[in-house]
Amino acid sequence: MTSTQERVQAALDGLQASISSARDGMPTITVPADKVREAVQRLKERAGFETNTLVTAVDHYPAEPRYELCWQFLSVSMNDRVRLHARIGGDQPAIASIIDLFPGAAYSERECFDMFGIVFTGHAGLKRLLMPEEYDHFPLRKDFPHHGIEPDRLYREWDRKRRERPSNTAFQQEQQEEGAR
Amino acid sequence: MGSLIEIKDNPAQEGFLWTRVDELVNWGRKNSLWPMPLGLSCCGIELMAMIGPKFDLARFGAEAARFSPRQADLLVVAGTLTWKMAEACRTIYDQMPDPKWVIAMGVCSSSGGMYDSYSVVQGVDSILPVDVYVPGCPPRPDAVIDAILKLQKKIERERPVELLLQGANTDEGIGTRRFDRAPNRGVPTTRSHEFLPPGQVSDR
Repeated sequence: MTSTQERVQAALDGLQASISSARDGMPTITVPADKVREAVQRLKERAGFETNTLVTAVDHYPAEPRYELCWQFLSVSMNDRVRLHARIGGDQPAIASIIDLFPGAAYSERECFDMFGIVFTGHAGLKRLLMPEEYDHFPLRKDFPHHGIEPDRLYREWDRKRRERPSNTAFQQEQQEEGAR
Repeated sequence: MGSLIEIKDNPAQEGFLWTRVDELVNWGRKNSLWPMPLGLSCCGIELMAMIGPKFDLARFGAEAARFSPRQADLLVVAGTLTWKMAEACRTIYDQMPDPKWVIAMGVCSSSGGMYDSYSVVQGVDSILPVDVYVPGCPPRPDAVIDAILKLQKKIERERPVELLLQGANTDEGIGTRRFDRAPNRGVPTTRSHEFLPPGQVSDR
């Protein structure tokens, strides 16, 4: 019976992967960003990790490379988990999508795009998950103020259009009264 | 309301009622509030408890919760209002027929509460005129019943006949006229300075 770490090491042979054991005991793999897809494919096919449980990111602003992508995988048959890390730069961050291997990762990748602005290339339906689609900023980036940037802009635009609709007779009347005064 | 109804004897033993139209209309309105519960988070649970048998809002005539804004005249914003939900909340308010009142239930809807955040409306009074604020996280049902009683006292002070003679709209359904009559119009909220240039006062 080989340990998880040995199994993962054998599967990722030749991928410049460094494997360490994190404090929680979970084997943690760090790979270069362009090798991520290959590593995920091998983890799935050779090491038996058939479930993706997490796709997220960490913003190390102002350090560069800025974003640390993080995937976690679960092997139900072997009862163990593994974590995969990759660093990408802050200028137009992009990484390969894994939704053809793990369709369930689609929502996680959308959330990651929504919060950090990281583009998952190959993800067909990559749009915002939680924030309004017209929103311009990415809330979990470290340079995003926690009060937000114009949090009410979209509502105010909607409100102004609503008030200026021709059917809004109350508003028209109000404008006329103000003009007369 | 001690002076609402005075029954006087008359020789024909028919009796008659003596009151003012304002007081009669207000008496009818305040004792038959139909709330529209906008339960957005945990406050919604307390709101259900308030309408249920233990706290029994029916004692105050406001138990007929309507899930259509067209049939309601009291909007209870119970919980955390996000900016994404704000359009829906304002639409619900606009769809309610005049006269209508708003209770901001819980600290989230009163001021944003602990969600001092990019996604949460810092008090529903930045998009709606609010009549009564209820503190608490979430407030106990008795606190909300107290708010309803305070709202009833507020309704007693209204002047419906005066508004009628002024020609103020009662059926526009859009709410902006009543918004202008709202007593807290023009009063800056504690956070309104964050969205405005210095020295400018919010017009909503």
